Amino acid sequence: MKHTLAVLVENRPGVLTHISGLISRRAFNIESIAAGYTEEPDTTRITIVVEGDEIEQEQVVNQLSKLIDVIKISDLTAVESIQRELALIKVKASLETRSDIINIVNIFRASIVDVSRETMVIELSGDETKIDALCQVLEEDHGIIEIVRTGKIALSRGPIPAKA
Amino acid sequence: MIMTGAEAIIESLKKENVDVAFGYPGGAVLTLYDALYKANFRHILTKHEQGAVHAADGYARATGKVGVVIATSGPGATNLVTGIATAYMDSIPMVAITGQVAVPLIGRDSFQEADIRGITTPITKHNYLVKTVEELPRALKEAFYIARTGRPGPVVVDIAKDVFAATFDYEYPLEVKLRGYHPVNEGNQTVINQVFEEVSSASKPLLFIGGGVNLSDSSSELREFVEQSGFPVITSLMGLGCIPFDHPQFLGMVGMHGTYAANMATTECDLLLGIGVRFDDRVTGLLSDFASKAKIIHFDIDPAEINKNVIAQIRVIGDLKWSLPALMKKVGGVSGELKERVRPWREKVLGWKQDFPLTYEQGKDLVMPQAVVEKVSQLTQGEAVIVTDVGQNQIWAAQFYGFKHPRRFLTSGGLGTMGYGLPAALGAQCGLPDQKVVLFVGDGGVMMNCQELATLADCNFPVVVLVLNNQTLGMVAQWQRMFYGGRYSHTSLKGHTDFVKLAEAMGVTGLRVSEPAELDKVLAQALAVQGPVLVDIRTPETVDVLPMVPAGARLDQMIMGG
Ligand SMILES: Cc1ncc(C[n+]2csc(CCOP(=O)(O)OP(=O)(O)O)c2C)c(N)n1
Repeated sequence: MKHTLAVLVENRPGVLTHISGLISRRAFNIESIAAGYTEEPDTTRITIVVEGDEIEQEQVVNQLSKLIDVIKISDLTAVESIQRELALIKVKASLETRSDIINIVNIFRASIVDVSRETMVIELSGDETKIDALCQVLEEDHGIIEIVRTGKIALSRGPIPAKA
Repeated sequence: MIMTGAEAIIESLKKENVDVAFGYPGGAVLTLYDALYKANFRHILTKHEQGAVHAADGYARATGKVGVVIATSGPGATNLVTGIATAYMDSIPMVAITGQVAVPLIGRDSFQEADIRGITTPITKHNYLVKTVEELPRALKEAFYIARTGRPGPVVVDIAKDVFAATFDYEYPLEVKLRGYHPVNEGNQTVINQVFEEVSSASKPLLFIGGGVNLSDSSSELREFVEQSGFPVITSLMGLGCIPFDHPQFLGMVGMHGTYAANMATTECDLLLGIGVRFDDRVTGLLSDFASKAKIIHFDIDPAEINKNVIAQIRVIGDLKWSLPALMKKVGGVSGELKERVRPWREKVLGWKQDFPLTYEQGKDLVMPQAVVEKVSQLTQGEAVIVTDVGQNQIWAAQFYGFKHPRRFLTSGGLGTMGYGLPAALGAQCGLPDQKVVLFVGDGGVMMNCQELATLADCNFPVVVLVLNNQTLGMVAQWQRMFYGGRYSHTSLKGHTDFVKLAEAMGVTGLRVSEPAELDKVLAQALAVQGPVLVDIRTPETVDVLPMVPAGARLDQMIMGG
């Protein structure tokens, strides 16, 4: 089963390497990891998606919690949460294919953020499956040149923050 | 107070009650060494940084205080790595202070630059790179606090060269504020109640004691529980000494080289209380069949140890200084009942202990290594601080020395570091000047840090170094004999080294035992020497450490012998 963890850490050099090093050394199955600043300048929030049974997931949480720079870990799988990922997709686009791509983009409620004579760049945010679905259509019908995805970020619904 | 970074370090060490540092100078720490000189701070100059770091480790294990080691940047710092990893695996409190190149030079592959923070990240409890003098006091305060509290461990404080010389207004923080570090000392009383229920209903309970009892100094609490419960007791290698070897309920060490009684009791018990243990693979044998008839209750201060290797039905997270007395309070009232209930089981396991003691064949021409350990045990009456290296010497010391006290068996259990013993013995003797310190070491391992014989002599530390000289890398040769068709690939040590001369060349008294008849006399002589002494004891080449559970086999599949 997949778990989405919100990991609040001290915003210090080396913390991310420490966390990713620990994850690889202990051979945990990590699907994605995304980090960024938060409402507090000295705190970074890392969203980690980990695949594994209850025991494995408990080990991930316990081992990460041991790091002095890790302030708090919440399992957002256990609560109602909003989960999003952002993707930028560069597709092959000629004069003839542009309108079809625009149609697809509209259906997915994505947006076009760059156009050249041979390519278009599409931006989409949503959950993983939605991004996967768009990528598949674009790849099969038009051909994808490159993709960049942020990895999942997540926030619980309601008033209680992960740091509480 | 206005002072330099280097002076601030000395002040901070004093505030942390550090009375000695082990180390080795160099370019990046010259200013710090100048401050040590001016302050007349006690510093032991070893002959190699690896010697210094193992010495700090041995000092910490023997005294319970935080060991401190200092090294310069680059190669000085990287020479600490094995020692830091050794301390990390065995949860030893240590602060390693390393010099780093000056701030403007960091990241440019400067002369003697190594990213020691990056290198030691997976083998430290925490580490710091200090780039401004203002951060220095807080980093040191936190380093000592982190090293000694919770589950102890090594902390590296890497300090840029210019920080040592910079001046500032020094003030040592009174307290530590770390948002992400709150060791749980007092756990949950309801868990204790659950444990009590299991304890009072089990018919085949077993206490399994590990290094955590040594580290938390809770051996007396443990002994009390042992007395009141009547439960049989086993230990890991790291738990030796927490219970006296001759205690009637003690079955010996469990695991790969455990006793028959300890391994069988583990296999047969219906309740296993793992106290300050981490269920290492050297203990469990085939993990899936470890204690498979038992409910497991795991006591540890580190929540991450629970369910890491073995699934525990009840977890008791917290300091053993809290959990053992809390459990005792409940057990005290029903002590008589408990003892009576487990009597049949106790008698059964004690029967195994009696029927299958540790034994060995007597040698004819050469001294048996086990006999050396037994003789030392007898001569020192179990009161010495025993240090070992790694290999057969280590296990024989564990099996045949009669340990009476905690913190008196110092050995690299988790990492299994050859070359640990000699410098660790040095550190232990430094910390416990009035105790007899005896090292058992192989003819392989003694060469891995033999330069520290010179330090023993220069400091006049009266360590007794007993080289069990079997002319081979004994433990590896044993595996080759048992599992590789006796093909002794690169394990013969028949060379030209004369250990007696080596010792004498460095200022250590050298003695020799060539035949059994000489053993008693020479050992007594060695123990009476005023300064450091090395005894080269020729032992047979092909003695096996037994019993042995082959790697990956079940505990009850041990090969007996002797
Ligand atoms: C630094 C290091 N290198 C290699 C090993 C692997 N090893 C484990 S035991 C052993 C043999 C030790 O031989 P010796 O020191 O003569 O002791 P004995 O086993 O004969 O008592 C070796 C090579 C190790 N544990 N540590």
